[in-house]
Amino acid sequence: MTAPNPGEHPSATGVGAGEPAGAGTSAGADASSGARASGGADTSGEAGASGGAGAGSEPPAGTPAWPAVPAPLGLLAEVTHACPLHCAYCSNPVALAPRSSELTTAEWDRVFGEAAALGVVQVHLSGGEPLLRRDLADLVASCRRHGLYTNLITSGVGLDADRLARLPVDHVQLSVQDATEADSDALAGTRSWRHKVAAARVVKDAGLPLTVNVVLHRANADHVGAVVALADRLGADRLELAHTQYYGWALRNRAWLAPSMAQVRATAEAVRAAREVLEGTGPGAAGGAGAEGGAGAGGERASRGAAGVRGIRTRMEISYVLPDLHTGAVKPCTGGWGRTQLTVAPGGDVLPCAAAGTLPLVMENVRDRPLDWIWYSSPSFDRFRGTDWMPDPCRSCDLREVDFGGCRCQAFQLTGDAAATDPVCRLSPDRHLVDAALAGPPPARPVPRPHAPGGTR
Amino acid sequence: MIPRLAPHVALHWQPARGEWLLTRPESVVVLNGTAADILTLCDGVRDVGAIVRALRDSYDDVDPADVEALLTDLAGQRLVVLT
Repeated sequence: MTAPNPGEHPSATGVGAGEPAGAGTSAGADASSGARASGGADTSGEAGASGGAGAGSEPPAGTPAWPAVPAPLGLLAEVTHACPLHCAYCSNPVALAPRSSELTTAEWDRVFGEAAALGVVQVHLSGGEPLLRRDLADLVASCRRHGLYTNLITSGVGLDADRLARLPVDHVQLSVQDATEADSDALAGTRSWRHKVAAARVVKDAGLPLTVNVVLHRANADHVGAVVALADRLGADRLELAHTQYYGWALRNRAWLAPSMAQVRATAEAVRAAREVLEGTGPGAAGGAGAEGGAGAGGERASRGAAGVRGIRTRMEISYVLPDLHTGAVKPCTGGWGRTQLTVAPGGDVLPCAAAGTLPLVMENVRDRPLDWIWYSSPSFDRFRGTDWMPDPCRSCDLREVDFGGCRCQAFQLTGDAAATDPVCRLSPDRHLVDAALAGPPPARPVPRPHAPGGTR
Repeated sequence: MIPRLAPHVALHWQPARGEWLLTRPESVVVLNGTAADILTLCDGVRDVGAIVRALRDSYDDVDPADVEALLTDLAGQRLVVLT
């Protein structure tokens, strides 16, 4: 531990890996949402700047000179693109990595070791469906050996008690596609509901924290109340309601997926109402003091009072962010390009965000380069760091270090220029492109995602 | 007021970063030295008064209001439980 600085104000800077409107991977997770720098604790009094006593606090002896670029906190490890589901909102690339191209067990072990040495704390094991890796237990064990917190992001298909017992993960994020079996299975394109319900039970029986992730779109946006009740029934500690992000396969289905503005407003209102009940401030909740005193009581706390309202029993946390396309409020892409988070794709490409493979940049590969070189020195990670690359209106905007100019993938997708201001921004000269994309009637049905190319691993 | 870490929240030292952190299911919270010193004392037994007394062993000047403010803020984020 470093020596305390007299006069230093306590502070904590948070980075949420799953906070913003997450997109779907094929497993329904929030892979491309990345980290959000603003997600956390009090940033007031940021570390020891006051009192003139800050010198000597960091970097601690024995670590390399602290570079201008911060070390990453989170690694999204896409261990495979293979997936039993066929979600129309899948944000994985249109061209999926063949199984024969996937990193081996030993290669992932090296990546996890390099990530830990780089300062990564949390690994999100995602895909595709990570359970389709027969060596997943080895990958989880490797993460643990390197001191990494492991988050398993899964469709639940293949997660039974025996399998979970061999996977010493810290947390499970389970995708569900809708509030009922028929609707969920229809979107997933396969009969997966029963596996999901069983998987939730197995996770809770193991005493692990559970996040239920539901990607929102036109077909399920009106079901938020029922989705909240479902997640509560499944025993979720967290519910992530993630508006679809239109990358990869999902872009193909954007016209079908995009909810109307009225739906988005209703969704936000449903979340607000549900939070009131969950936090014990809504009608029927268990007493006014509940939110203060009972945070640890889990399933028990609100059971009596809130039971009459939608059957909600727990203090489940809801994570919800309004969709940027509709609000015109720009999302801080992965907490800023190359700032807090990195993704390793199934074949070893290292990306600043899960969707960045579509950009006209040469991405480095862990088979060719060490991770710390890629993070600190590669042209791809350097390309949109900081604010120097920004055009106007970003360059002179007060929010330039809040939203970091928004999403590079969205800028490229809609304008053809990856360095343009994110066109969702109300100040962007290209905002009309977003409005045009949201206009017009939806097609009758989406294009379901086909399976990844074969091969074995 | 007795603080302890919320369920599924853990305090970690990350050697490569030289930093204390809180991990929880989908996010990481980076702590500064003072916040880490306070949280390592949150064992579910000590109350805020005892934590302030312990901090005075290593700090010249400890304002209980600062300690309480941090803990209340972290409780609002469900990182800490106050009983």
